[in-house]
Amino acid sequence: MPLNTASVVIGLSYASLLFLVAVGLSVVFGLMRFVNLATGSLYLIGGYLAWTIAGELGSFWLALLGGALGALAVGVVIERGFLERLHRNELLQVCLTLGVAYVVQDVTRWIWGGDPLRLRPPESLRGSILLLGSIVPTYRVALIVAGVVLAGLVWYLLERTKWGAYVRAGVDDLEMLECLGINGRRVFAIVFALGALLCGLGGALGTPVTGVAPGADIQILLMALIVVVLGGLGSVSGAVVASVVVGLVDSMVRTYWPEASFFAVWVLAALVLAVRPQGLLGRVTA
Amino acid sequence: MPMEQMSRLRQRWQLLAYVVAVAALLLAPAVLSTYPLSVLTEILIFGLFAMSLNLLLGYTGLPTLGHSAFFGAGGYVVGLLAKYYQVPLGPALLLAILAGVVLALVTGPIVLRTSGAYFLMLTLSLTQVLFGVVWLARGVTGGDDGLPGIPTPQLAFLAGSLEPTANFYYLALAIVVVAIASMAWVVRSSFGLALLAIRENERVVEGLGYPTWLVKYAVYALAGGYGALAGALYTFFKGYVGPGQLSWLVAGEGLVMTIVGGAGTFWGPMVGAAVVLLLRYEVSTFTQRWLLILGLIFIATVVLMPRGIVRLPERLREVRARVRREELLEPVAGERQPAEQVVERS
Repeated sequence: MPLNTASVVIGLSYASLLFLVAVGLSVVFGLMRFVNLATGSLYLIGGYLAWTIAGELGSFWLALLGGALGALAVGVVIERGFLERLHRNELLQVCLTLGVAYVVQDVTRWIWGGDPLRLRPPESLRGSILLLGSIVPTYRVALIVAGVVLAGLVWYLLERTKWGAYVRAGVDDLEMLECLGINGRRVFAIVFALGALLCGLGGALGTPVTGVAPGADIQILLMALIVVVLGGLGSVSGAVVASVVVGLVDSMVRTYWPEASFFAVWVLAALVLAVRPQGLLGRVTA
Repeated sequence: MPMEQMSRLRQRWQLLAYVVAVAALLLAPAVLSTYPLSVLTEILIFGLFAMSLNLLLGYTGLPTLGHSAFFGAGGYVVGLLAKYYQVPLGPALLLAILAGVVLALVTGPIVLRTSGAYFLMLTLSLTQVLFGVVWLARGVTGGDDGLPGIPTPQLAFLAGSLEPTANFYYLALAIVVVAIASMAWVVRSSFGLALLAIRENERVVEGLGYPTWLVKYAVYALAGGYGALAGALYTFFKGYVGPGQLSWLVAGEGLVMTIVGGAGTFWGPMVGAAVVLLLRYEVSTFTQRWLLILGLIFIATVVLMPRGIVRLPERLREVRARVRREELLEPVAGERQPAEQVVERS
């Protein structure tokens, strides 16, 4: 099967978005065994806010910032308002975050309507460029670069700072971390907020390529869940690897066998989980 | 009042409640018009579905997000049998149950390697795979068009005297009652108690010498069978089966019905199904914002009655006791001891 540069670029740019959504989900789960089904809603909020801000102020970069901060604000409200009391109760977490997802979907449909909205990329990133003998959209390439940079930042934060060491220690053994005098809940709150920020940024960045519409939240949530379990809950490097794998498989299947596109990644997920229940690079078992 | 007398009184009340409920359900077609009756039929069917899901979620502590696989499998089995082979009702339902059990026996060894959130994801993945297979096998399943025009079965001895909606209602009622009775027998057996024990602490149960894996495998198969039966009834009810019946959204809805009603209680899922469906149909008559309202209800459930509607009286007693305790503590000291706060929060 010849590798088509365009579909690789599309796959990798999708992988960037997936990573942004999945990494917060994964680390939050690793820390607190917390299943956040409202993740896709934060992505949706980021996308819609970015669209409105870009329309009002005309600046793509402000739109990115606004989308990310809006999702951050909603994330903080969810965390402060509800999640504290649902520690270690998966069923209620599922029920609550699904409820939030429903509310967000309906409210955003109320405000922005049911039609897909698309944001135009900034002037400098429009058009296409020649890459390895194929013509590819500039914005897609920029997305890949942004994904790599942000993944690098997250990696640095978690692997090279003291605060990141707290997070990693918490993923491995939260009780031990708290015994050492570190407030695990505060670490969790910060991780949750940062995850929400990245989700919103993902939504804003993704709007020029995928558009934003009701249902986009569910779609990205399902894909992010696949990434998280494939990579292994709580593992950042796992999230990177799994995003790339899922993004590429998705775009390849879309190119060569379009009818199977929406469930090929699920076959992949089922196969990997059946062989390795803890995911590719997972350290935590649920 | 002595304990024994109280429990006997309680039993008598319970019996009375059952009698009243059954009488009300039997009389419903005389009072309700066609549309509310069809909503009631749907509640019975989804109630059975949620109760089958509760066997895994509430009794055994296995959070599944893929239970719609069985709901859809049962639906497709009766759909294909009724459409192409004109198989009569009884054998068709039995084959649907069998299909659910077999599907569970095939997928069980895969999903039961995991638990918790991984179990959730793996059941979801396998269901999505099944969704894809059904969607691609257009020649047999009709792909995304599904199988329309499945005849809704009727009770022959009532055929002349009742209109079709009421007739099918009685049919569904009879089947659901039998299914629920058998489920009650299962959860009260020693097998049912073993499920609860696994939920509470699987390691201890294993240490006591129980084959916990086999028990979970068996309950997974059982839940698959009940789920398929509910799906078969739903297909007959709608006269149609499509890939939507396999969708994870159906599984999520069942999950929410179970939690709202009260996971791990016997009647909770049925109550939850009634609340969710009634709200959907009621709210959608005066506003399009029913999704918003449904979401708010989930949130309110979690905040106000985290263990479900069925356990509400218990919860109220608890809250009242806590308020009273705080009133008692208040005058003693302005600020409470930190240790006490910790105990109360957990």
